Amino acid sequence: MSEHHEVASKEKYGMVIDLDKCTGCGACTVACLSENNHYVREDESDKLRSVAWMKVYKVTNGEPFPNTKVAFIPRPCMHCDHHTPCVSVCPVMATDYNPLTGIVSQIYTRCIGCRYCVGACPYHARYFNWWDPVWPEGMHKLLNPDMSPRMRGVVEKCSFCNHRLQKAKDKAYVEGRRDLRDGEYVTACAEDCPTKAITFGNMKDPESAVAKLIKSPGAFRLLEKLGTQPKVYYLSNESWIRALGDNALGRKRTARPA
Amino acid sequence: MSEEHVPTGGREGEHKQAGGGLGMLAAGFVVAIVVGWLLYPAIVMSSKPQPINFNHKAHGAEGAGLACDGCHTFREDGSFAGIPKLDNCIQCHESAQGESPDEAKLIEQYVTPNKEIPWLSYSYQPLCVFFSHAAHVKMAQLECTTCHEDMSKSSSSPPVKVYRISGYSKNTMSMEACEDCHAEKGTSNACFVCHK
Repeated sequence: MSEHHEVASKEKYGMVIDLDKCTGCGACTVACLSENNHYVREDESDKLRSVAWMKVYKVTNGEPFPNTKVAFIPRPCMHCDHHTPCVSVCPVMATDYNPLTGIVSQIYTRCIGCRYCVGACPYHARYFNWWDPVWPEGMHKLLNPDMSPRMRGVVEKCSFCNHRLQKAKDKAYVEGRRDLRDGEYVTACAEDCPTKAITFGNMKDPESAVAKLIKSPGAFRLLEKLGTQPKVYYLSNESWIRALGDNALGRKRTARPA
Repeated sequence: MSEEHVPTGGREGEHKQAGGGLGMLAAGFVVAIVVGWLLYPAIVMSSKPQPINFNHKAHGAEGAGLACDGCHTFREDGSFAGIPKLDNCIQCHESAQGESPDEAKLIEQYVTPNKEIPWLSYSYQPLCVFFSHAAHVKMAQLECTTCHEDMSKSSSSPPVKVYRISGYSKNTMSMEACEDCHAEKGTSNACFVCHK
C-alpha cells in the first residue's frame, strides 16, 4: 500500500510531542473534541466507550513508592507512513494515504463500519461511532462548520485537522502563494497545549520546528519495531519512557487511560 | 372490438393496423416523455422560488458592467464569500434606480428594514465536502462558467430544485465530475483534497 509515497511533494506533516513538558492536563483532548465537532454522551463515565481522537495515556515506571515516576502520553492518529495498516485493510477505500501531505484520511460517508481498521491499527487510534450524535439544546451554534460531523455506524479518527490545512492553503492561494509558511497550519491540539509540548509542521521543510526537533537525541516513536513509520514523534530524556514507547518486554510497567 | 381480430387479407387492413400501431407508439412516447420530464422531477424534487427575482443580465456585462467577482468575492482569509450580503446591494440600491417591481421589493422588504435576503443556494455541497474556490479560480485560473451556468445571459432567477429525499440541489456537483476533471488535469484525487 505504501511504496506509493515518493511523489514530488514538498510537504509531509508531522507532530512532535515533548513528554517531559506534558503535564497530562488534557487540554489537547478538549481542543480536539471541540474543533472536530464531537458530541458528548449523557454518561461519559465509561471511558472505554468514549471517542477521543487525542487520548492521553498515563504511564508509570512500575517502581514502588518513593521511586515511582509518572508520565503522560498523548496519542493522536500516527498517520503511519509505511504500510499504513488501516489503509491496507479497508475494503471500501474509506481511508487513504495522501502522498502529497502524508495525512491518512477517513471519509465518514464512505465508511461501511466493518471496523477492520479498528482492529488493524496498532495504536488504538480509531474509534467506532456507536451512537447518533446528539448535542444539547443550543450547542449546535458552537459546531465548527469546517469539520463534518459523523453519523452512527462509522469509524472515525484524528485527521491532523486536515480542514485547517485546507483553510491555510486557501489563504495562501488568495495571496498568490502555493507553499505554506511554518506555523500557518497547526492542529488544534498543538495550538491549545498550555506548555507547548506539542509541535506541528512540515517535516520536509528543514527550517521547520518539527524537522529540527525530530533530530534531537531523545526522539522516538511508538512501536517503531512494527515498521509503520509513524509521523508522530515523542521526546523524552527519561529512558524508561523511551523503552515503553517500543513496548519493551521484561520490564514492570502499567499503561492505562488517564 | 371483434372486428379488429378478423383477418381482412386486404392491403388496406394491413395499413390500418400499422397505422394504429404507430399511433400507439407515438402516444406511449408522449406519455413517457410527460412522465419522465415533467411528472417524475416534480415528484422527486421540490421547487423553491428565490426571495427576489434577481436579474444577472442587468448587472453583468450587458447592463451595469459588473464582473462575477464584483459581488461574489473572496474574504481575506481565503474563503469564498459566495452569495453576497445585503451590504453589496445597498451600495447601489439605497434608493430605487429604476421602476422594476423586483427592485421595489428589494428596497421595501430588505433594504429599508436592513434585513438580509434569504437567498437559496443552487450549488450547495454536502457537509463532508470542502470545495476550494481559491484553488480553482486563483491558482488554476478557471472561469466561473466552467462549472456554473453563464448567468450573465439570464434575466431571471429560476427556482431552486432540491431532491426531497437526499436534500441535495439539482445543481450540486457530483463527485464523479470532480474526479474526472482532477484526473484529466493530473491533480491529486486523494480523499482529503476535497473531503473534510
